[in-house]
Amino acid sequence: MKRTIVPFGPQHPVLPEPIHLDLVLEDEKVVEAIPSFGFVHRGMEDLASKRDFNDYLYVVERICGICSYMHGMSYCEGAERIFGVEIPDRAKYLRTIWCELSRLHSHLLWLGLLADAFGFEALFMQSWRIREKILDMVEDSTGGRLISSVNLIGGVARDMDREMLDGFVKQFDKMESELRSLTKVFLKDTTVRARLFEVGVLTKTDAILYGAVGPMMRASGIELDTRKLGYAAYGDIDFDIITSNGCDSLARCEVRIGEIFQSFNIIRQAVAKIPDGEICISVKGNPKGEATVRMEQPRGEALYYMKANGTRNLERFRVRTPTFSNIYSLLKILPGAQFADVPLLILTIDPCISCTER
Amino acid sequence: MPKFTKSPWVMHYDGSSCNGCDIEVLASMTPLYDIERLGVVNTGDPRQADILLITGGINYYNESVVRQIYSQMPEPKVVVAVGICACSGGVFRDCYNIKGGVDTTIPVDVYVPGCAARPESIIDGIVQALEVLEKKSAASAAPTEGESNA
Repeated sequence: MKRTIVPFGPQHPVLPEPIHLDLVLEDEKVVEAIPSFGFVHRGMEDLASKRDFNDYLYVVERICGICSYMHGMSYCEGAERIFGVEIPDRAKYLRTIWCELSRLHSHLLWLGLLADAFGFEALFMQSWRIREKILDMVEDSTGGRLISSVNLIGGVARDMDREMLDGFVKQFDKMESELRSLTKVFLKDTTVRARLFEVGVLTKTDAILYGAVGPMMRASGIELDTRKLGYAAYGDIDFDIITSNGCDSLARCEVRIGEIFQSFNIIRQAVAKIPDGEICISVKGNPKGEATVRMEQPRGEALYYMKANGTRNLERFRVRTPTFSNIYSLLKILPGAQFADVPLLILTIDPCISCTER
Repeated sequence: MPKFTKSPWVMHYDGSSCNGCDIEVLASMTPLYDIERLGVVNTGDPRQADILLITGGINYYNESVVRQIYSQMPEPKVVVAVGICACSGGVFRDCYNIKGGVDTTIPVDVYVPGCAARPESIIDGIVQALEVLEKKSAASAAPTEGESNA
């Protein structure tokens, strides 16, 4: 059959971010997808050699606006490992709470975008309406809606009092019941199922072979979560790794919905266990040494490498972000898919191009 | 705020932003901020758009894309630079791949500050853009002196 090449992106109504794919089609079926990247490449890793390592934290937070908090936190963890300091327990719990709040808002954002991708606009609006409540909590506690800038090397810059923490937990009950009726539509509705069920199948073997991470990997039945390494206060918190054996788009949706409810429980546990005390210790001098940090972001495992040579600037800073790992899986699931499913399949990996290209 | 004769359609493009402003642009379309009450509709097609919301600075790779999108929009058109990176390059201005703000490539009418720009300020920027749009369409409707002589 004659082949056609359809360009997809960089400006596309479905994705807020620029990604370009050349889709090779045979009739309506995708045969091959050839990606090209670099539309949001800024060169941030190089900036590490020009900025003071304390100021560079605020650049790292802007690798990605969605998981901004986690990028900042990982940078601080890396710097703390180089300095060899242990942050106060209260700061660890506060970091855990903020981490989970960012996971909540990221997953709700994804649910909305997914609904938009299959043309269910009311569902998109509903998901984002609930997400605004999470953003209000983030704003109350950090002062910023997305870019919170609340991390410091040695701890956190702001504290949350008991009243605020209990207030958050109190709001969760209502939000959970709202979310339960909302997520029922994603998992049970016939039309939604028709768009998601057995679409974009990534088998367990392929997930390992192509190095999938995060919910993408867990939806293929692999039980792996970097939070189990016990960074921040995750070591003290009891949670299960949410997996699904569906391997399709519906399974990815199911895993992320499961993680939303899990995040509420993690915050509840953290609020119950949070100790009193200092939130920050002072760290002086310039760093010397190397550190590698692994962290579970909403999109999957991110890896950070930092090398400091005793000056005010880092010698090398490198991030491998989850979307970078997941793009290989995306290129695996696209061939064989229907052309109309392409935007949906791109969304199921929860792409963050800004992270990937930096 | 004057009365508008038409419902302006906006289009969003991510220059090289960190996503923060992009999701705030989307958030301003959703129930809490609801920009659609001003008659603003989000479209994905530059040929139907009156207002271009552009987030993030311009880099050497997407420069041509931004120019192309701008040239595809029908006159009169208004460009809103959303967020500090779109205004001046912001925190990334020293990065080797960043050329600068959006005004280094295409003419910008309204600048929205903030990192990330809050939905309230994005709505304010769009309202200002609506005024610019009215002026521009009034100017293009009235025949210029040269044209009337010919």
